[in-house]
Amino acid sequence: MCLGIPGKVVRWLEREGPFAQAEVEFDGIRRLVHMACVTEAELGEYVVVHAGIAISRVDSIEAARIFETLSESEKEEVLKAEPFDGPESSG
Amino acid sequence: MKYLDEYRDPDAAKLLLDEIRRVTSRPWTLMEVCGGQTHSLLRHGIASELEGTVELIHGPGCPVCVTDEPDVDFACQLAQRQDVVLASFGDMLRVPGRSGSLLDVQTTGAHIRTVYSPLDAVKLARQNPEKQIVFFAVGFETTAPATALAIQQADQDRLENFSMLVSHVRVQPAMEMLLQAPENRVQAFLAAGHVCTVMGYESYDSLVTQYRLPVVVTGFEPLDLLEGILACVRQLEAGAARLENQYARLVKPAGNRAARDLVQHVYQVCDRSWRGFGVIPNGGLELRPEWRRFDARRRFTPIQSSIEDIGECQSYEIMTGHIRPPQCPHFGKHCTPESPLGAPMVSSEGACAAYYHFAKANN
Ligand code: SF4
Repeated sequence: MCLGIPGKVVRWLEREGPFAQAEVEFDGIRRLVHMACVTEAELGEYVVVHAGIAISRVDSIEAARIFETLSESEKEEVLKAEPFDGPESSG
Repeated sequence: MKYLDEYRDPDAAKLLLDEIRRVTSRPWTLMEVCGGQTHSLLRHGIASELEGTVELIHGPGCPVCVTDEPDVDFACQLAQRQDVVLASFGDMLRVPGRSGSLLDVQTTGAHIRTVYSPLDAVKLARQNPEKQIVFFAVGFETTAPATALAIQQADQDRLENFSMLVSHVRVQPAMEMLLQAPENRVQAFLAAGHVCTVMGYESYDSLVTQYRLPVVVTGFEPLDLLEGILACVRQLEAGAARLENQYARLVKPAGNRAARDLVQHVYQVCDRSWRGFGVIPNGGLELRPEWRRFDARRRFTPIQSSIEDIGECQSYEIMTGHIRPPQCPHFGKHCTPESPLGAPMVSSEGACAAYYHFAKANN
């Protein structure tokens, strides 16, 4: 349960403060991710997401490497995340 | 060499294996701390490749496996209350307490929701104002930023119906306790890479100095593990005791500052009872006084259970390296992943489950 899932930052929703959030893409699936610990991440960069919050930035090679080592069920974990709610879900 | 074709780069792995064998003059005993590393060592056949060269003890590094039975019991009690919905990571559901698991009580109608993130539990509280939502906050320092954020979110939303049963554990005090045990066999540590991405590794300095043993921060891939093992063995052979970082591509000395601040803002260090270990000084995190209104232990009173500890599970013997999972008399007989007697058989990162799984795959 400690392993994180790498995803690409595709859209910032809120970049400041404890409730910073971005849309992050995991192998084609987009989820809302809390970004308070990686507010310096740029669009297109990869972050490792653990239990809904990004805890580190990684380069694309490392992201691919981590993704490959995850089992199918670990990859599916992120699908269990609640999808977007509210107006930010459109777009 | 059965598993070598699974390595990302078999040639590089073979070179590392040969080098480990070449520099090793006697069978050193190392401990990998993290359950993800245990899983990878078995899955890729590294532990067996190194048999007779380096002994690997499978450490306490699976938070699900070390969550204390009374905490599981309390979670079960809460889930059975009419006014409560207990939210939990899926991994916890099959972990046995002293009187059954969350899954057991769920089949008799208890209210349990598995969530991916503690923030989803906060959302559940927002959507169900008539219910008390309690999140079962287990995990190492990697998970603490997410649960700390959940508390802040609940505070921001002024939620009166959200609380957490905090059972967070800290890795380093457990490593220290193992070293202090009179029967200790650990001569070097592979420290858990992912915990260090959050917490950094500077705090291991004191461990290295005080106990004079090598600590190498190590990743999860076969080549990472082989490099970490080689670094440990090289130090041991040279009589050295240093802190090294094999996982520098992900882990910075100070970890992630923002994540550490977040954890510090919400939690303080406390003593905590670990399953199989007993109370570990400084071995856990608890809510700071200013956040205790979100503490499920204050909001609800646990019913004291008269049932004694399970006692049969040999997890402590495994975590101290005195037996391997197949040597436990219950392994594969009374204790299987389908019907686990002890927590290490539950989670895929638990040492017993990893042995069970890969022993089956090998046959
Ligand atoms: S096999 Fe089962 S009873 Fe034995 S140590 Fe492992 S989890 Fe405990």
